[in-house]
Amino acid sequence: MTQNLRVKSSEFIDETNRISFKFDGKTYYGFKGDTLASALIANNVHLVGRSFKYHRPRGIMTSGSEEPNAIVQVNPNSNITEPNARATEIEIYQGLEASSQNCWPSVNFDIGAINNFLAPLFPAGFYYKTFMWPKSFWEKYEFFIRHSAGLGKSPNTRDPDIYDHRNIHCDVLVVGAGISGIIAAKNAAKNNFKTLLLDEKNEIGGSTIFEANEDNKINNNLASEWLKKEINELKNIKNLEIKTRTSVAAYHQYNYLLARENLTDHLEKKDKKNKIRQRLLKIRAKKVILATGALERPLIFNNNDRPGIMLSSAIKKYSNFYGVACGTKNIFFTNNDSAYESALSLHNKGIKVKAIIDIRENSDAKIIKKINDAGIKIYWSHTIVDTKGYKRISSISIMRLSNDGTSVTGSKISISCDCLGIAGGWTPAVHLYTQSGSKLTFDEERKIFIPKADTKEQISVGSCGGDFELDEIIRNLNYKLKNFLNIGKTDFDSIALENDHETSNRNIWLLPSDQSIGKTKPFVDYQNDATAKDIKLALREGFRSIEHVKRYTTTGMGTDQGKLGNMHALGIIADTAGVKMGELGTTTFRPPYTPLTFGTIVGRNVGEFFDTFRRTPMNDWHIKNKAEFENVGQWKRSWYYPKEDETMHQAVQRESKAARQSAGILDASTLGKIDIQGSDSSEFLNRVYTNAWSKLPIGKCRYGLMLNEDGMVYDDGVTTRLGENHYIMTTTTGGAANVLGKLEDYLQTEWPELDVYLTSVTDHFATASLCGPNSKKILNKIIPDLDLSDDNFPHMSFKEVLINKIKCRIMRISFTGELSYEINAPASYGEAIWQKCIEAGKEFDITPYGTETMHLLRAEKGFIIVGQDTDGTMTPIDLQMDWIVSKKKYDFIGKRSLYRSDTMKKNRKQLVGLLTEDPNIVLEEGAQIVSELNQKPVEMLGHVTSSYFSPNLNKSIALAVVKDGKNMKGKKLFIPMKNKNISVTVSKTIFYDEENKRINA
Amino acid sequence: MFLINCPYCGERDQQEFKAGGEAHIERPKQPTELSDDEWAEYLFMRKNIKGVQFERWNHAHGCRKWFNMARDTSNDEIKAIYKIGEKPPTQ
Ligand SMILES: [Zn+2]
Repeated sequence: MTQNLRVKSSEFIDETNRISFKFDGKTYYGFKGDTLASALIANNVHLVGRSFKYHRPRGIMTSGSEEPNAIVQVNPNSNITEPNARATEIEIYQGLEASSQNCWPSVNFDIGAINNFLAPLFPAGFYYKTFMWPKSFWEKYEFFIRHSAGLGKSPNTRDPDIYDHRNIHCDVLVVGAGISGIIAAKNAAKNNFKTLLLDEKNEIGGSTIFEANEDNKINNNLASEWLKKEINELKNIKNLEIKTRTSVAAYHQYNYLLARENLTDHLEKKDKKNKIRQRLLKIRAKKVILATGALERPLIFNNNDRPGIMLSSAIKKYSNFYGVACGTKNIFFTNNDSAYESALSLHNKGIKVKAIIDIRENSDAKIIKKINDAGIKIYWSHTIVDTKGYKRISSISIMRLSNDGTSVTGSKISISCDCLGIAGGWTPAVHLYTQSGSKLTFDEERKIFIPKADTKEQISVGSCGGDFELDEIIRNLNYKLKNFLNIGKTDFDSIALENDHETSNRNIWLLPSDQSIGKTKPFVDYQNDATAKDIKLALREGFRSIEHVKRYTTTGMGTDQGKLGNMHALGIIADTAGVKMGELGTTTFRPPYTPLTFGTIVGRNVGEFFDTFRRTPMNDWHIKNKAEFENVGQWKRSWYYPKEDETMHQAVQRESKAARQSAGILDASTLGKIDIQGSDSSEFLNRVYTNAWSKLPIGKCRYGLMLNEDGMVYDDGVTTRLGENHYIMTTTTGGAANVLGKLEDYLQTEWPELDVYLTSVTDHFATASLCGPNSKKILNKIIPDLDLSDDNFPHMSFKEVLINKIKCRIMRISFTGELSYEINAPASYGEAIWQKCIEAGKEFDITPYGTETMHLLRAEKGFIIVGQDTDGTMTPIDLQMDWIVSKKKYDFIGKRSLYRSDTMKKNRKQLVGLLTEDPNIVLEEGAQIVSELNQKPVEMLGHVTSSYFSPNLNKSIALAVVKDGKNMKGKKLFIPMKNKNISVTVSKTIFYDEENKRINA
Repeated sequence: MFLINCPYCGERDQQEFKAGGEAHIERPKQPTELSDDEWAEYLFMRKNIKGVQFERWNHAHGCRKWFNMARDTSNDEIKAIYKIGEKPPTQ
């Protein structure tokens, strides 16, 4: 079967460059310029896959990105194999390997094909109807469905290729480089517009470039010859960039388009190396010209899916462009004149065309005479009622169509063939147009959706705009272009055009057969195996909306988004339901136009570049000292510092003890810091915090709680008054950016009269937090001149000092309940100051501790962590922090909400402490809390928010939010876990040093 | 992806901006004087209309300024952009 079907050398194929490739394990040869599809057809291979549901043999149908059947796995034996590639788009190269999908064990013998004979069991909605009940079985069904469906296999290692993103700005973007796109781009660029012309194919020129119809002439030349000259001239035009192998995937608002530029897929392995494989172009264009062309429609008739049944235009492209005959005994089946052009060009190349079946009664087109002269038999008013041939079409049966087109009459004629070209007319490719948000209108006469209106920023030209005849295309295009770009004369004003015109058409969405529809298989969506009878069934079952029918039957839901059959689905719905197609509307075309690989979407943002990491100035020291890190927002924070083979638990217990018994040190550089200046700074703080700020003396610190306007706790932190009109605010690590944004919002929009300036200085300072009873002694060693007595430097106060001539701010504040100092040094000196603390602390066995120990120590003191003990539903009253809410202040953000009936409700969840009956059991954070064990359904009272084993108390402690928890002190509650119920007692939230003596220890 | 004409910086890509919800909802000057219903009206109620809507936007990854936008929510057409404190356009 390695018959060579090359018929004529083609200028687009380099026959001196012979290429070997493998398909399904077998070696074949093609030429440079071939696609996998054209090379396979040249080797007489049509059967390339099995259908999704019935596993019917399927062949190559098209020559472009709309291909529904020839979906292959590239590099099937490699870890980096790629599924769902279209054979019609893959350019062959030396060493290419590809295989069929959807078949097991092989494309020629496929077990799933039994579904074809069980077809009556697989009607529309089969999966919904069968597998959704009983609900609990879904997981089991799903396994089998997924296993047998399998649209290709995923690669199982990291994609080794390089992908890139590039931003492009241009005046005019032209999508599609067929004759319309080329003329548009040439005009735009010549008129000084910076122009970008994109085409998904490797050659520009669209379908005109291989046009051989002698009746279509431009300036007395064959259209293809004329276009070649035009293309040649493009090279000399400034302002024009052309990118081939570039497919526009998405068209968003404001002329923002995403395109995939394919750079190396067509190259041999050795040439691909170290090159960018694909590039995502992010294009912002001032004006967009859509010249995306039209897609040929199939015809929907019984058994219209056999290998060897192809679009008529594809057969023409294979013969004219690739020099390949799709068959040796060809038949065409059509409802318009275009099939005659395909037939004639085969005939002129010496490829046998046996007959043309036309559902119309006649046509006056000039080409008909040529077909008659060629001796090709035309069957007018006939339709195909059936086809034969399992792995390749072998014959068709035709019958005369009734006048109304709903039935067939007379006797059946059978004609043998090995290739059938079907021509159902043309569908403008309006996918990108609709993605841009523009609306379509339905032309009832021609049965096509066309763009409703051009705008100042976007036009559709050529066949995507509904113009199909050469003269119409060029004249309309020229006219539109002049308005759109506001240009005067063009080269195309006085162009001489000659072409044949379509004289009659007849459209029947579903062609009748002599068998009842129940016994036929007229496929509408080849990729998803949806037939016309599935659609009719959906309508019988009451579905009306096109969007519902689509989902129920899965029509148009494949990787090709039903580019071929969507119009037929609509037509069949309209005919069956007795409504006009225009009233039905159409389904939404969603990006991407053709599938994109994930690599292209993420570009360079992979691995460590996926998200930005922020590291503190002391980061190197932490790494050297074997810290484990924790992600907090974008920060990498030291989590704990395990010694030798310590577990996390052991390390945290050791660190926690050391910080209370002698001295600990924490890197607190990540806390958000906002510098606040201006004469209204105090008033501003009064308005954003719940407590009062006007009377805070210079040099003093105060803890503040910030609410949302709904009264819920938003952030907290210590703010220090550095001067009369100067404060430094600290925020939580994760909340820093949001707090700054919120404060700026109020200043700009609600209180523009306030004289306040905010600057984020988080990165400007590094913070070392010294803590523990020996911290004073350590600080004294570092700054002997500073009087550290409680009188001179009391708790909640601030000093500016020089350490080794470095200006540092020291706050005596504490998040652990221990005597504690926070040293803020300019970021670039952070590591030096840290090092100094470590050295000074050596004699006290200073222990570096991470965030986990910090969390444990603060929990012992009952200090909240916003975001852990709160979740956006907790007021300060819920947190039992009434003390921080000023009663005197007239207003602050969130104040009014604290008096809403809902926030004052008695049984809101409130923060409490929990002690386990067995002090060794540590509760799980997030665990639910109940008061009754036998109640059904049991009432969930709340959940555990923080839980630790406290080494300083030698027992387990927890914080939790519990309904009406305020009034439950001493009450016994339960935490039901998988295998046990844990008894707990509600306690105060403070577990350690209730009198706060240690702060001054 | 919108192209937004920041009144301070000029045309920039939407990814530099943050949307801030409905505009022209002024924070009451005397919240304590308001009933629960009146406060809830300010706090929770938003129109979310189909058609031209006035919105707040912030050039978060640029000048950080807030400004207002009149946007048709049915087709995302930006009808006008104006500064905070300015009156919404009538057309
Ligand atoms: Zn700006």
